[in-house]
Order: sequence, then structure tokens, then C-alpha cells
Amino acid sequence: MIENADQIFVLLQAWLLSFLPAAWRPAAGVVLDVVAIICVFPALFALTTVLERKGLGRIQNRIGPNRVGPLGILQPVADGIKSLTKEDIVPLRADAVLHFLAPLVLVVAVFMSFAVLPMGRNMVLVDMDAGLLFFFAMGASTELSVFMAGWSSRNKYSLLGAMRAVAQMISYEVVLLMSSVSVVMISGSLRLTRIVEEQNQYSGIFPHWYIFTPWGLAGFLMYVVAATAETNRSPFDLPEGESELVAGYFTEYSGFKFALFFLGEYLGMFAISGLGTTLFLGGWSAPFSFLGWVPSWIWFFGKLMLSMCVFIWMRGTLPRLRQDQLMNFAWKFVLPMTLVNLMVTALWRFLGEGWEQWVFCTAILVAVYVLMGRAEMRSEHFGPRRYRYAE
Amino acid sequence: MRDLGHPPVWTGKDGKPMSIAFYLVAALTVGGGLAAVMLKNTVHCALALTVAFAGLALLFLQLDAQFAGFAQILIYIGAVAILVVFAILLTRSQEAPRGGVFSKSWLTGLAIAAAVFAVLGWAVLQTANLLPRVSEAPVVTVQQIGTALMGRYVLPLEIVALLLTAALIGAVIVAMHEKEGAQ
Repeated sequence: MIENADQIFVLLQAWLLSFLPAAWRPAAGVVLDVVAIICVFPALFALTTVLERKGLGRIQNRIGPNRVGPLGILQPVADGIKSLTKEDIVPLRADAVLHFLAPLVLVVAVFMSFAVLPMGRNMVLVDMDAGLLFFFAMGASTELSVFMAGWSSRNKYSLLGAMRAVAQMISYEVVLLMSSVSVVMISGSLRLTRIVEEQNQYSGIFPHWYIFTPWGLAGFLMYVVAATAETNRSPFDLPEGESELVAGYFTEYSGFKFALFFLGEYLGMFAISGLGTTLFLGGWSAPFSFLGWVPSWIWFFGKLMLSMCVFIWMRGTLPRLRQDQLMNFAWKFVLPMTLVNLMVTALWRFLGEGWEQWVFCTAILVAVYVLMGRAEMRSEHFGPRRYRYAE
Repeated sequence: MRDLGHPPVWTGKDGKPMSIAFYLVAALTVGGGLAAVMLKNTVHCALALTVAFAGLALLFLQLDAQFAGFAQILIYIGAVAILVVFAILLTRSQEAPRGGVFSKSWLTGLAIAAAVFAVLGWAVLQTANLLPRVSEAPVVTVQQIGTALMGRYVLPLEIVALLLTAALIGAVIVAMHEKEGAQ
């Protein structure tokens, strides 16, 4: 019974495929999986938009949307209808082909990255040997669509927003990759299902999730910072800051293309949270060994929605970072910390089981963090700002 | 047994003719490359080059070289293409050059390119006859690549790391000189 609840989607797929001749089954299975992903994640996106607007509203001491449906739950339906019926305006001198392709490239690249996430026991679309690398490759492709959007609009605000966004995404891509490498080192594989299985072990009632180790916690925090920056989410949302750049690189988009960009951004958040869950929070494994009877996919999606809540919380609470503060933070603080984290992970592995690994690794990480933070603060010149103009 | 007298045929790894997927990907790559040199708008050329990179990555994936394929996407499309695009943007060469896109001595250029292609093709086909016919492609895991990099090829790895560090320091120095010049 428990096994059935856990594998309910796998069994459902097998039952649906049993109606087809045997030759068609592999292809139809893949199509079924793809359709499931295309249906589930936009539905979660709709739920998240309501959650975000209500959540931000409550943080800002207001109610948020409450007209459409009970407690404003049907707001995404209203938003969808609005975006479908709005006029699609393309500027006269804009590059029409690129202007059209940019949201498509974004959404396609982001949907592709869902293919390697293990959403439950035996629930991966494609179990690739180099799955993690595939995910990052698809993430890198989204940067190009941001640039295409900004450049094709023939608008200085869009171009500025796009260049800021691409610079930010490139810088934090390095941080993202480096903080994931420590996980790969310890679990010994780039295959995401293997990484989850390594974390699915329990000592007593406590799980072996990587976030409960010193290097894992440091890595997870850096991963969260990099993920927030990669998806252009507050406090790193200068490229699309509403009070700064009109709407950044999607200034000239209206109607359904704007909705596609919005969808792409939120799906990117889902994908990156899904990867963070897989790498650090144990993927589909339960937090305590006695909770193993709850289906694995509930844990995965629960952790995903928890990550979304943390993103929304950060958006409502933290002020926006300036562009140079953002870049300084990435290159001068977080990147050296990821390198130190890598060495600490190796040290963890070499010290073996026992108290030494916990004490030494924690001590090194805390010491480096405090020292680097102090050094950075001391070099901050709090005086009149010196400007450097572009020639 | 070596097939020395066998003329080269367009067969895949198991003797069957190359699949239609290969021809499509090859057409995509060649089309992207052609568009990259023939389009007027420089940013369009850069994006067509990106399509050519994607085609190359797909060819790697067709040969089951997963790591090479994804690394190609990550590095070429995720970094090199963006670098090219930034370079075009910052040097403001978006308009077509005044003298037209094609150079005047295009016939000579075509002849030289054809000659180089002929030499390369001849060299490849000569060695293709001498290779043993394997029944299936070898499966190379990421672990094997890692072990090879850290074991047999560690010296080239270190030299490349040194080269990259030198490039990084050079870039910082060039940018810093500008900073000294400005206010």
C-alpha cells in the first residue's frame, strides 16, 4: 500500500502504456512523462504567483489580491486570460526574429533542465550519466535568451538591463558550479539519482543529507545565494528592478510573450530549487527515518515549495543590491569561499569518520568566513564615491 | 581483418548507413556556419555561430560522448558565445561594413579553403581505412575521463591551468590600466 502510493505515478504510466502495442511503448512513455512535466510545473507556477503576491502583501502589511475566487486563489486564471488577450506590441525598429525567439529559447531551455531532476523514487525523465552537467548546460543557455531579449528590443533600458543580467548570471554561474562540485566529490557521481540515493541513508533517525555536514551547509548557503542571483530574484534583481529600469530586458514585451518570460523565470526558480533539493536536501528522501511511509514525491515537491517560500520571503525582506556590490560579493567573497569549501570537503573525506572531521571542518569554515568578512569590511571606503565614466 | 582495398563508404559504427538524425544535425551545423559568415548583421552572425556550436554538441551526443557534448554546450554556448556577443556590443560594430560583407578576393579564398579541405579529407579517409572495425562505440564514463585527466594527462592539465591564469591576469591588467587612465 505504501509502496503503491509512492510509485503511484509510475504505476499509472505503466497502466496507460499497457493499452498500446509494445513497439510504441518507449516513445509513448517519454511523451507521457514530458506531458506530465509540462502540466505540473506551470500549475505549480500558477500556485506560486498567488503565494508570492499574497505573501509579499502580508510582509508589506497589506492583503494582496483577494477579488478573484476565495482568498484570491483564481488570480492566475485572470492573469492568464489577460496576458492572452493583450495586444502584442513589437517596436518598429526592433529585430523581429530575435524579439520573437527570445522567450521561446528561454522557456525551452528551462523545460529541458527539468528532464534530469529525480522527483521521486524511479521518477526521472532521463537518468543521464552526466545529469548535473546537462542541467548546468541548459542553465547556461538561458543567458543567451536574456541577451537576445535585451538587444532585439532596440531600447537602451532593455540593453542595459540585459547586459547587467548577463554579467550577473555569468559571475554567479561559477559560484553555482563550484558549490555543486563538493557534492559531486563526496557522492562520487554526476548522476543525480545516485546523489539522492547516497543521501537516502539514516543513522538512527537522522538522515545523511549533505546540508547536515559543515561543508554541505556552507555549500548550500552559497548555492542559495548563487541561485537567487541566477534567476534574477531579489535581492539581486537590479536587471529587472521596477524602479530602476522600467522592466529591464522585458520592457518591450507585452501580452503573451511577457507571460512567457514570467513563466520562464519562475520555472527557472523551480528548476534551480529542485537541483538544490537534490544536491543538498536529500531530494525525495524523508527527513526522519520513521517518516519513510510518506510518498517520496510529496517530499520532493514539499521541499520545492519550501524553497519557493524562502525566495518569496527574501524578496519581501531584503533591499536590492547595487550592481557593483553584487559583483564584488560574487568575485571577492563567495568565489574564494567556494574554493575553501572544496578543500574542506576534501579534508572531510580524508579525515574519515569521527569527531575530527566535524570539528576541523567547521572550525576552518567559520574562521575563513569571519576573516574574509572582516577583511572585506575594512577595505570598504565609506567616503564620497569616485565615478568612472565609459568613454 | 583489415579492409585495405575497401573503398570508403558512408557507413555508421555498425555498418548501417548513417541515420537521418546525423544528416539533420549536420545540416544544422553547416547552415549555422554558413549563416555566420553570410549574414549582414554582426549580432545575427554571432547567434548563427551559436547554432553551429549547438549542432556540434548534438553530434557529440550522437556519438554517446555525453561529457564532451554537455561541456561543449556549457563552455561554447554558455561562455564563448556570450563573450563574442559582448565584444560585438562593446565595439559598436552592429551596422554592416561599408565595403560589403564579402572581400574582393573571394575566389582565391574559396580555392584555398577547398584545397585545405581536400588535404584534410584525404588524410582522414586514409586513416579510416586503417582503423580496425569495432562492433560498437566504447562507453566512456565521466569517471574514466577524470582518472585520465588526473593520471595520464596531468601535465597538459596543469599547463592549461597556467595558461588560463596568465590570461586572467592579463585581462585584469588591461582593465586596470584603463582604470588608471580614467578619473
